[in-house]
Amino acid sequence: MATETIDIQLTAKDFVTDQEVRWCPGCGDYSILKQVQSILPDTGVKKEDIVFISGIGCSSRFPYYMNTFGMHSIHGRATAVASGLKIARPELSVWVITGDGDSLSIGGNHLIHTIRRNFNMNILLFNNEIYGLTKGQYSPTSPEGKVTKSTPMGSLDHPFNPLALCLGADATFIARAMDRDVKHLRDVLTRANDHVGTSLLEIYQNCNVFNDGAFEIYTDKGSKVEEALFLEEGQPLIFGADNNKGIILNSGHPKVVRLDDGSYTADDLWIHDSSDRYKAHLLTTFFDNPSLEGHLPRPFGVFYATDRFRYEEALKDQLDLAVDKKGKGDLDSLLSGKNTWTVA
Amino acid sequence: MTKVVEEKREVTIVFAGDSGDGIQLTGTQFTNTSALFGNDVSTFPNYPAEIRAPQGTLAGVSGFQLQFGSVEVFTPGDICDVLVAMNAAAFKVNLPRLKKSGTIIVNTEGFNPKSLKLAGYEASPLEDKSLEDYRTIQIDVTKMTQTALVDMGLGKKEVDRSRNMFVLGFLYYMYSRDLSPTEQFIREKFTKNPLLIEANIKVLRAGYNFGDTSETFTSRYNVKAAQLPKGTYRNIMGNQAAALGLVAASKKSGLNLFYGSYPITPASDILHELSKYKNFEVKTFQAEDEIAAICSAIGSSFGGELAVTASSGPGIALKGEAIGLAIMLEIPLVIINVQRGGPSTGMPTKTEQADLMQAMYGRNGEAPMPIISANSPSDCFDAVFEACRIAIEHMTPVFFLSDGYMANGSEPWKFPSTASLPSISVKQAKERKEDDATFLPYKRDERLVREWALPGTKGLEHRIGGIEKEWDTGNISYDPENHQRMVKVRAAKVAKIADSIPLQELNNGTATGDVLVIGWGSTYGVIKTAVSQCITEGISVSHAQIRYIEPFPRNLGELIKGFKAVIIPEMNNGQLVKIIRDRYLIDAKGINKIKGIPFSTDEIITAIKEAEETVKKA
Repeated sequence: MATETIDIQLTAKDFVTDQEVRWCPGCGDYSILKQVQSILPDTGVKKEDIVFISGIGCSSRFPYYMNTFGMHSIHGRATAVASGLKIARPELSVWVITGDGDSLSIGGNHLIHTIRRNFNMNILLFNNEIYGLTKGQYSPTSPEGKVTKSTPMGSLDHPFNPLALCLGADATFIARAMDRDVKHLRDVLTRANDHVGTSLLEIYQNCNVFNDGAFEIYTDKGSKVEEALFLEEGQPLIFGADNNKGIILNSGHPKVVRLDDGSYTADDLWIHDSSDRYKAHLLTTFFDNPSLEGHLPRPFGVFYATDRFRYEEALKDQLDLAVDKKGKGDLDSLLSGKNTWTVA
Repeated sequence: MTKVVEEKREVTIVFAGDSGDGIQLTGTQFTNTSALFGNDVSTFPNYPAEIRAPQGTLAGVSGFQLQFGSVEVFTPGDICDVLVAMNAAAFKVNLPRLKKSGTIIVNTEGFNPKSLKLAGYEASPLEDKSLEDYRTIQIDVTKMTQTALVDMGLGKKEVDRSRNMFVLGFLYYMYSRDLSPTEQFIREKFTKNPLLIEANIKVLRAGYNFGDTSETFTSRYNVKAAQLPKGTYRNIMGNQAAALGLVAASKKSGLNLFYGSYPITPASDILHELSKYKNFEVKTFQAEDEIAAICSAIGSSFGGELAVTASSGPGIALKGEAIGLAIMLEIPLVIINVQRGGPSTGMPTKTEQADLMQAMYGRNGEAPMPIISANSPSDCFDAVFEACRIAIEHMTPVFFLSDGYMANGSEPWKFPSTASLPSISVKQAKERKEDDATFLPYKRDERLVREWALPGTKGLEHRIGGIEKEWDTGNISYDPENHQRMVKVRAAKVAKIADSIPLQELNNGTATGDVLVIGWGSTYGVIKTAVSQCITEGISVSHAQIRYIEPFPRNLGELIKGFKAVIIPEMNNGQLVKIIRDRYLIDAKGINKIKGIPFSTDEIITAIKEAEETVKKA
């Protein structure tokens, strides 16, 4: 981040506001709020240089609870508001807080365009696979056949794969975390913040009222080891009880292999490299319905990170270049134009 | 043979041809040359929505009308003195605009059997007796151009493209004009292609010389320079003036300009213009849609810039929710609507004033905001500058209404100097120290305006949003009393702007009388012309053109009381008239034209005379 460092060490408490937090008791949002508040002091950015911008939905109440600058904007448009703010003030640390309905349904257009422009901002996409604030309709990430208030016979919508979508829009940083694995969440939040460019972090968040347990398979101690695959830079893709399983690339196709029957060792496995775009694409396809036989585990961590020019910096360069070439604009000569005549 | 030079006070010419014939360019060049010569000018481009409509068809006719004079002209003219038609279709579409005994200049090649058929003629109208009332000058422009460029090694397409220069040269001879401004233009336009410079100048001169040597007509005309108020002038189009007004407001407020926009006819030219001014720190952002355009502007304003978004009716409809957000946030934002024919896609290239109600009421909830309208192309500069001033000084989104007619029309502009422009005062909240009282984002001053608190300022951390705000603190509030109080205060804040805007003046006529004509927007010129003429005829009529529509000037009600009848001409089905009736409980009468074209002077005169008659009978 371009912002200067602070002399007084802030603590998580400094980022807490006097507003009562009004999410439902047990909501996954509480954990995310807490982790964000706890990593910010270590980023070294001053409170007044941080802006949280949200759209509409449960998660979008987030800015009210952050003692920074904040705007609770309108449904789906947080990324567009944040884009304008970054153009105006590139030095600010801007965080967009959005949900699966906000960013993938009503705000889908702004999400993909913000990503391709690669403004230096962090987008936290709280995915709970349901519309919570409107009390329980299916969302663009709900699985097929999902029975909700608006789909009594099951949803007919095929869901979005958010990370695949964002990578398709040429995201320079995509990652996944979950509300219940707080240490991992903090690590990934920090990496998202460190990335210069648009960081898209999808956070699996439990809505205990309308979609309780949607991600339990990845968070429950019993199933987590078999179903969640934690990506570590430079390390082989290993998961399972006692780390007994791994992923190999078999003629370009991912395949689960056993490490405990002597047929494969860790040296045979796919080594995670977040700078490899092709591997990142493959990782986003680890998106099978976990109830299917032979499915791949769901990856968590940083899938992909690369460096590409930021819109706001390139614009600044153009402004500077224009001044270099034409000189600083002179209003009087602009107003008179090239052809004038005088009436005496 | 010697040619007689006849003096003319004012002349109206319409240039017409295929949309690929370079008609707009020809008209613009004649306009600029006449303006530089010192004539007053007023123009009206009228072109089809299709970029290259089928050649030779009635639907594909592009027109450019201009009036120039040795006296002040306020409209592009009702009836034309001269019709320049490049083909049969252009001739057919525009003949009704030509006055009896007017001059017709045609390219005979455009009346070949194929062109005649496309225009729906069975026989050539040029051989028809019905043209006896006019003076017809027939020139085979295509052939003349080809002859002039023979041996230049140009393709047929390039040769035909320069035909418009022949016609322009011919008219320059006819109206005793200097070729040099257009020659200079050609040199700049084709810098990279010297061959085209030579070709176009050659054809331009050929047209001029043809006028000089041919015996097809015997008189030349002279339209002397107009006695405009003293000063230095330039010619300017409305959208261009709006762009300059924004840059000027940026300079006078000391704020960088941010312009978030999505391409739409007829507003896009403002984006094109502003994108050239990067050395003025102007940031233009072509957003992915209309909503992102305004939302990015809101983000920029939150960050402390002079934020502007622009569109036309359909785009404004999409921005509606975000405008409401800006009203709740109470941040400066200028929203430009260059109106066009509606509803829905309507008539994109035709003019209309039918978005006034949209500007006034087109949002959910109680969402008042100021509205300013320009009167003419050059007035777009002052009006948009004023919109910026109000937005910044009163912390509110402001609508600036223009329309296709003035956006694309042009007129001489006595441009101001930077020093003569008023400064715009920017009040931003200051940094807070540990012991200072807590910052209250929605605390208001005596004008009910809150402070602009920019991110990056220590101690001002605060959260705002579209949910109802608590008085002073800006925290979320669902308290019934608070909501009523906040709705009232937002309305009162806008109403209070009336204290800082000028009183309504009469543009013509006496302070009391029989008939008051109230107009807004681009009807200014035609109402001005019509009322002047009626006053000369002894009719008791006055004219007030309203630029501040919300809030109205403080004295408007009093001013209206001085008249027995009020008529309100609008290019819509009656919008300002409803607001005036609502505010002042008077029996104002709407005069409405919804044809996508401006009023003619006669239409307004007829309406004034009818109103006068009713007053006399009463």
